[in-house]
Amino acid sequence: MLINGFLLLGAALFSLGVYGLLVRRNAVLILLSVELMVAAVNINFVALDRFLGDDLAGGQVFALFSIAVAAAEVGIGLAIILLVFRNRQSANVDELDLMRL
Amino acid sequence: MTVGDFFTTTENWVFLLIALPMLFAGYKVVTTNNVVHAVLALVGALAGSAALFVLLGAEFVAWTVVLISIGAVIVLFLFGIMITRAPIGLEVDLSHPRSARISAAVASGGLFVLLGSAMLAEFGDEVIPEAADATRTDALGLLLFQRYVVPFEVVSVVLLAALIGGIVIARRDPSPDEPAGTRL
Repeated sequence: MLINGFLLLGAALFSLGVYGLLVRRNAVLILLSVELMVAAVNINFVALDRFLGDDLAGGQVFALFSIAVAAAEVGIGLAIILLVFRNRQSANVDELDLMRL
Repeated sequence: MTVGDFFTTTENWVFLLIALPMLFAGYKVVTTNNVVHAVLALVGALAGSAALFVLLGAEFVAWTVVLISIGAVIVLFLFGIMITRAPIGLEVDLSHPRSARISAAVASGGLFVLLGSAMLAEFGDEVIPEAADATRTDALGLLLFQRYVVPFEVVSVVLLAALIGGIVIARRDPSPDEPAGTRL
């Protein structure tokens, strides 16, 4: 298997995630794009781990950690979105301009 | 390696068979106008990444993705969607207008060209060694609890903090006119 196939797939998914992050207005969909970027990075971790043949499996262990941290991030992020929605009746990030003068 | 060489190996065919639907699913995640469809497309992309991990011989990571990302995180997303918008279906204001979309596409396309050209220049034709020695789950477990035990414990503290923080942030404050503890 070519290592570049995995790396290019990871780069493409990461770029798609960046596109979604820039384009979306709904806060839940922005978190969804972040999750896509995390998945892309995990592909790179595991592919490079197998490529290097690391005895300590550093790439795989790091991918596990990043999955756990992504789960925590989604939990906190959705809690914040829920709170904002309860106060503003909207999950649209363009409408969150409380700090604008 | 020529294009013909690439298509002689079965593994490369399997890779393409997984990678192309993943790209399509990722595209749907960021472009669809239906929130629930976006989440379901993310399920497709995550399942594809789990299949790639199996292909690479990283079985434990693959099943962790299935259990945690697909099983738990996606359900959490669906909860978030159900709570934050009552009418499920086609919506028009999910994305920025067309002009902003074009500049975002240029920016992310440029990022992809930058990353892709760097990777092509660095790795060229190098191949991943045969996955005859797939990482065994018991070996990975021993590594996690010996070599990586400190970061493992730190991650569990992070998860506990996120659990408590999520509850504290999202719960309703009791209003002054009703006694505490009567509402969730």
